[in-house]
Amino acid sequence: MDTSKVKKVKSCIWKIPQKGDMRVPGFIFADKDLLLDMDDKVIEQVSNVACLSGIVKGAMAMPDAHWGYGFPIGGVAAFDPDEGGIISVGGVGYDISCGVRCHRLGLKKDKIFPYLEELIDELFRSIPAGVGSTGKIKLSKGKLDDVLRYGAVWAVDKGYGLRDELRFIEDGGMVPEAMPELVSDMAKERQKKQIGTLGSGNHYLEIQYVEEVFNKDAARAFGIDVDDVVISIHCGSRALGHQIGMDYIQVLGKASKKYNIPIRERELVCAPIRSQEGMDYFRAMNCGINCALANRQVLGHLVREVVHRIVPNATCDLIYDVSHNTCKVEKHRVNGKVKGLYVHRKGATRAFGPGRDEVPKEYRDVGQPLFIGGTMGTCSYILCGTKEGEELSWSSACHGAGRAMSRRAALKRWKGKGVIKSLRSKGIILKAASLRGAAEEAPEAYKDIHKVVNVTHNSGIARKVALLRPLAVIKG
Amino acid sequence: MEGLSPGWETFDHVADIGVRGFGRSLDEAFSNGAKALFSIIVENLDLVRAKEEKRIEASSFDLVGLFVAWLNELLAISDLESMVFSRFEPRVSQRDLVVSSKVFGEPWDKKRHGVGIEVKGATFSEARVEKINGLWVAQCIVDV
Repeated sequence: MDTSKVKKVKSCIWKIPQKGDMRVPGFIFADKDLLLDMDDKVIEQVSNVACLSGIVKGAMAMPDAHWGYGFPIGGVAAFDPDEGGIISVGGVGYDISCGVRCHRLGLKKDKIFPYLEELIDELFRSIPAGVGSTGKIKLSKGKLDDVLRYGAVWAVDKGYGLRDELRFIEDGGMVPEAMPELVSDMAKERQKKQIGTLGSGNHYLEIQYVEEVFNKDAARAFGIDVDDVVISIHCGSRALGHQIGMDYIQVLGKASKKYNIPIRERELVCAPIRSQEGMDYFRAMNCGINCALANRQVLGHLVREVVHRIVPNATCDLIYDVSHNTCKVEKHRVNGKVKGLYVHRKGATRAFGPGRDEVPKEYRDVGQPLFIGGTMGTCSYILCGTKEGEELSWSSACHGAGRAMSRRAALKRWKGKGVIKSLRSKGIILKAASLRGAAEEAPEAYKDIHKVVNVTHNSGIARKVALLRPLAVIKG
Repeated sequence: MEGLSPGWETFDHVADIGVRGFGRSLDEAFSNGAKALFSIIVENLDLVRAKEEKRIEASSFDLVGLFVAWLNELLAISDLESMVFSRFEPRVSQRDLVVSSKVFGEPWDKKRHGVGIEVKGATFSEARVEKINGLWVAQCIVDV
């Protein structure tokens, strides 16, 4: 990146000065190294987002930001409906409410080792993964509408998981204002067979252990300590979310023309929040969020069943479930006044700090947990939200390591079998639904997760709690 | 864009992949764009036989939107019917902004066709439909 276009504000925060049509400045959370590695497209895309109507305070890029669709991946922006704010498909992405949930097993890693092979084999058998995989739950259209309305609450009602778990999911497991009638029949048809599936691409299930704890109070609140074993699940809203995205880029494409919204790139197609098209997208997108929450809830339940069957004395309590592709109405302080803003997070995690009502009471003193997926060969992190984050980033932080290399470049460089072997030599078991997928997801194709997380920590938008090392991985 | 002649290719994007079709007509460029798309989904497109026919329609608000809508409709049908396609006969109406097509393929046999990468959707990113030196080029980034 050409760093002459940005000015350092303070440690790990850079400003893109407001100029031309920009309504607000841009902010990039990075250190010098990450900034140099980011492509210039990030500056361009952040600047373009800063031009959108009703944007408040700034267009932001998280430390793992890279070139996305309209918004950068790792992009955050809040819009005020009272000031002509817009809503955009590009600010959410196609995998609506893709996210990570993490369960603790209540056992140290030495207690898991004797069962590890059997556990990962059985999880691989029980959790449908990969392109075109289908789940065991088949739903009629009417039943699917309940999934879209009630999210993880639907799943618990149907016996997938525990009632008390819902408190440990963003928004209590369901967002309101979800209207299935605004979701196309095609989207629903495609989803019928996909509830309870992991998907493919960068989606995974990992058995991990806590290698290091950085924040004892937060770790205690989250119920984890050094050597404890956890299982993380990364997946999203599956075909339904993808189809809502496909359907609504066309709707908002038309709306951008109808309302004469000046956009610098076609990918930023959007509609005023207070328009029929804008509200329709919001209410359809909420169905996508609920679908993802239901899907992860079902997966969490399937995992728990397998764990209880195979590992004696294991629990499988949910620590938390976070989403990283959403637009949510949240209360934030703007110039001393509390306002309801439409916060878009595309490849960025909500990171509420201590004291927020939305954070479950067990965590309210330390802040909401965040799960930052690294790569299958390195590690992942647990972070917690901060008070400063409210001011700096609308309580948002990074979501992963971020790719450093395209999938094609990764394919040229690695073979799936080689990746599996190399992980084996590090003591990590990989079960991959596709060898090509395994090659594309080679750990070296990603940025350095430590750098991304350290910058997140140092900028103050979230704080490090624990480092997780993978023991066994399922790749979709 | 190497060697401008009818055909297709995929191109790099940081986390995702671009698809590009070239053609002497819009129909041909749309058809080749679809081939590029399915070359990502299966490992070997040459092994996908044109055994079954499906009729697919798409519409949009402009020509670029139409190319993206066309690819997305193909993705949706492929997912819904668990089929993959290798031959495409689209008829693109620039005036009505509609594509009507016959497409040919077969049920997805993962062992024979191979499993590539799940494509979540075609996007407006880098989306273009234009005539360059007398040849139509249709392209966009797909989210994987």
